[in-house]
Amino acid sequence: MNLDPYLPLAILLSSALPGTLIFFLREESHRLRTTLNMAGALVKLALVAWMIWGVFHEHVYASRLQLLPGLDLVLRADALAVLFVALSTVLWLVTTIYAIGYLEDSPHRSRFFGFFSLCVSATVGIALSGNLLTFVVFYEILTLATYPLVAHRGTPDADDGARVYLVYTMVGGALLFVGAVWLQSLVGPVDFTQGGMLGSAPAGLHGQFVVIFFVLLAGLGVKAALVPLHGWLPQAMVAPAPVSALLHAVAVVKAGAFGIVRVVYDVYGVEFAHRLGLLTALSVLACVTILYGSLMALSQDGLKKRLAYSTVSQVSYIALGASVLGPIATIGGLVHLVHQGIMKITLFFCAGNYAETLGVHKVSEMNGVGRRMPWTTLAFTVGALGMIGIPPVAGFVTKWYLGVGAAAAGTGWVILVLVASSLLNAAYFLPILYRAWFLPPPARWPDEHVGGGRPMFMGETSPALLWPPLVTALLSLLAGLLAAAPFSPLEWATLIANREYGR
Amino acid sequence: MIDPLALAVALPLLGALAITMLPSAARTLGLLAALATTAAALWVTLLVWGGGAPRSELGGWGTPLGIALRADGLAAALLTMANVVGLAVSVHATGYFGATAASRHFWPLWLLLWTALNGLFLAADLFHLYVMLELMGLSAAALGALSGTREAAQASLRYLLVGLLGSMTYLLGVALVYTAYGSLDLALVAGAMTPGPVAWAAGALLIGALLLKSALFPMHFWLPPAHANAPAPVSAVLSALVVKAAVYLVLRFWLELCDGIATEAAGLLLGMLGAAAVLWGSWRALRAERLKLLAAYSTVAQIGYLFLFFPLLAATPAGPERDQLITALVLLALTHGFAKAGFFLAAGLVQKSTGHDRIRELGGAAQSLPAVTFALGLAGVALIGLPPSGTFFAKWVLLARAITLGQWWWVPVVMVGTLLAAGYVFRVLARAFTREPTPRCFVTDARTEVPALLLAILAALGMGLAAHPLTVLLGTGG
Repeated sequence: MNLDPYLPLAILLSSALPGTLIFFLREESHRLRTTLNMAGALVKLALVAWMIWGVFHEHVYASRLQLLPGLDLVLRADALAVLFVALSTVLWLVTTIYAIGYLEDSPHRSRFFGFFSLCVSATVGIALSGNLLTFVVFYEILTLATYPLVAHRGTPDADDGARVYLVYTMVGGALLFVGAVWLQSLVGPVDFTQGGMLGSAPAGLHGQFVVIFFVLLAGLGVKAALVPLHGWLPQAMVAPAPVSALLHAVAVVKAGAFGIVRVVYDVYGVEFAHRLGLLTALSVLACVTILYGSLMALSQDGLKKRLAYSTVSQVSYIALGASVLGPIATIGGLVHLVHQGIMKITLFFCAGNYAETLGVHKVSEMNGVGRRMPWTTLAFTVGALGMIGIPPVAGFVTKWYLGVGAAAAGTGWVILVLVASSLLNAAYFLPILYRAWFLPPPARWPDEHVGGGRPMFMGETSPALLWPPLVTALLSLLAGLLAAAPFSPLEWATLIANREYGR
Repeated sequence: MIDPLALAVALPLLGALAITMLPSAARTLGLLAALATTAAALWVTLLVWGGGAPRSELGGWGTPLGIALRADGLAAALLTMANVVGLAVSVHATGYFGATAASRHFWPLWLLLWTALNGLFLAADLFHLYVMLELMGLSAAALGALSGTREAAQASLRYLLVGLLGSMTYLLGVALVYTAYGSLDLALVAGAMTPGPVAWAAGALLIGALLLKSALFPMHFWLPPAHANAPAPVSAVLSALVVKAAVYLVLRFWLELCDGIATEAAGLLLGMLGAAAVLWGSWRALRAERLKLLAAYSTVAQIGYLFLFFPLLAATPAGPERDQLITALVLLALTHGFAKAGFFLAAGLVQKSTGHDRIRELGGAAQSLPAVTFALGLAGVALIGLPPSGTFFAKWVLLARAITLGQWWWVPVVMVGTLLAAGYVFRVLARAFTREPTPRCFVTDARTEVPALLLAILAALGMGLAAHPLTVLLGTGG
């Protein structure tokens, strides 16, 4: 019996089912909830490993459910989907461990972990969507699943942040919906096709295609935090640290960026989009966002806010990679989907550790924090250096490919933007590292919980909080050091680029 | 031979009579009647599903003299939804009313209303429909006054008078049809009607009367107070089923009686009224201070969406595209039925646990009833039209058709309505995130909470993902 068609569905359900069950659990059943969470995460990891192997050997994993004539839900795994699925599965596992440690003894954990799992299911659904309709469906479900996580704390701040988040994402979702319906009413069901599917449409429709592109881009740009649609992201910082980590590294912003990549490569086709002049517009938007995000990050004193603006800036590297014609830049953009994820999640884990253990929320409170929490700060340092683009951390690989790709495509000004952005990255990350390692610690931390009955690990903080950033920091290093190894993110991105450009 | 069509109408009537005689056993008898009626309705649906077109002539009097019942895909679809909702409301009501005096009044009236609903879906002639419309209007108005408050009595009286006005207008249309064509059987009249002043006048009277009963803007004024002041299970039935039955008849008359008579201008008029209903209803729901009033205005808006389909139906020739539109329209109506019923049942539980339903002060209440909050949330997803609810796919078809036909002005109407709906739903849900302690269990009172939750799940997940069987039932699979 051939199980291939069921594999995408199984991957989806491996987090959706435990998530649904968790809602019904009593608050006290801590052990059962953890078992469900971890079982789901591990099963998903195993299934994804199977899928990576299969897609590499050109297996086709597709299943289709007809709802109404012409409206089909399609789940299909191609190389690009697998890249995103693998990223979200691995990071879900570490974030779950982190969240279990982080939320110990706080109320409403069943609700939290239920929506947390649904959020990952929606992300995986976005990755595995085989057509635009399915993509829109999961894109909206992701909004629904993340709203309760942002509002989780129930404070007035959380209420405001969640409302802003909702307004942005609902309007974005509505635009995406209109764009998708419009496109489908012109050309029929929009299946994601390597090399694009609109290139062969009659020339009379090209004008409408241009308008639709910008409608779709506006819808996707909200989640991808393209300037000027990024306003929700710094506000959503009120969420608990694991949520911020997940939103910034995997789920929400990546869903937007992934959608842009899908639309450019698999709906329009990169060469056709170039002919319509859409790529230039996207490049300009991405570059403006990169510079604006970095500039705003400079002046933030709140650590999480600074990281949030850094996300605004970094995610646009993915859009930038998609907007430069040529396989090398494509590789740079795609691989950043993974690299930004592992580096940014490290930084957010560390920020959460500082806040949970010492009560440090601001950059100005971080003097000497490296002496009190050396391991956390080491992980933070790896992440920050990676963001700046210093070898051998993963971020360097991205910037190298983007720069070489831009040069190859004859858009040299992009390199200037990359250089300027790297300098800005250094300007807002290096002072933090300097404070953390070289300035003397204060006599008292703002709100230190030493022990508090919890087991401590290496005298720093609880093990569930310390291991995840160490693991992801190590991954960021390995992704850079072993970039040429088989099944590294870079090799996989190269595989995708080769398939997209039809080689 | 046992006739499922007759059973679906007769069983609730028998139940009502039995309860009137034995009021002390009201709950047991009511629940039994509800189960039996639902079973009969599902039997009818199975017959239609298997490709049959069941028809029965009551008392052996054939057409054109006698009273006939018949079921097709459209009737079966609405019948199934109404009976599933009816069963859920009945189970909920056993807990909601308990053994109070209101319970004794509720059961017979509710079963009478159920009789009228099933009769409306299955009746094959215009006069039989009139009788059922009257029965529906009277029992619904009486049910609305059950809570016994001054506001409820006032609202129900207005509801009754509007209903009578509607019925009289309808009767006038029936008289005109009978004089002109000498028959009241739907199929026979449909064959005899030709475009002309008589057909237009009859069509306008019949459909106009039903528009009043379906509360299409600007004839919606009676709905919000009546639905908001009734006890919650009654509100659920009024909003989910009673107005839907009127819309069902409009659709049936439009497709069968007025085929070739209804002009594109008439369709456009209905569409414009629908658009106004969407915008006005959603706006008022956003401003409403009470949860049940919010739900009632949301019904005004949702009815508006259904009428947006008519200009597109009028402009689309028969064929797969038109079938697709009809499927989407029915999908939207069914999803709204489940969602609104679930929403009202949940709202009633919130009201019961706090003693009020002022949205501003809901905080702790929503937090302490997780299952109820989930029901509100899932029903809300369907009301907004987010995936994977049936509403989402129905709106997709609606907008795709509007764009193809060049009637793009419906697009902003639907999208603004959607965003307003997101506004009013999340205004309620945002109250669920407070710093109150965690409740012990997900479900506190299974008998009242589970029906609400199941209806909401059906609306938010079931109707979207299982849309395909609907195309089979309606015979629009293409």
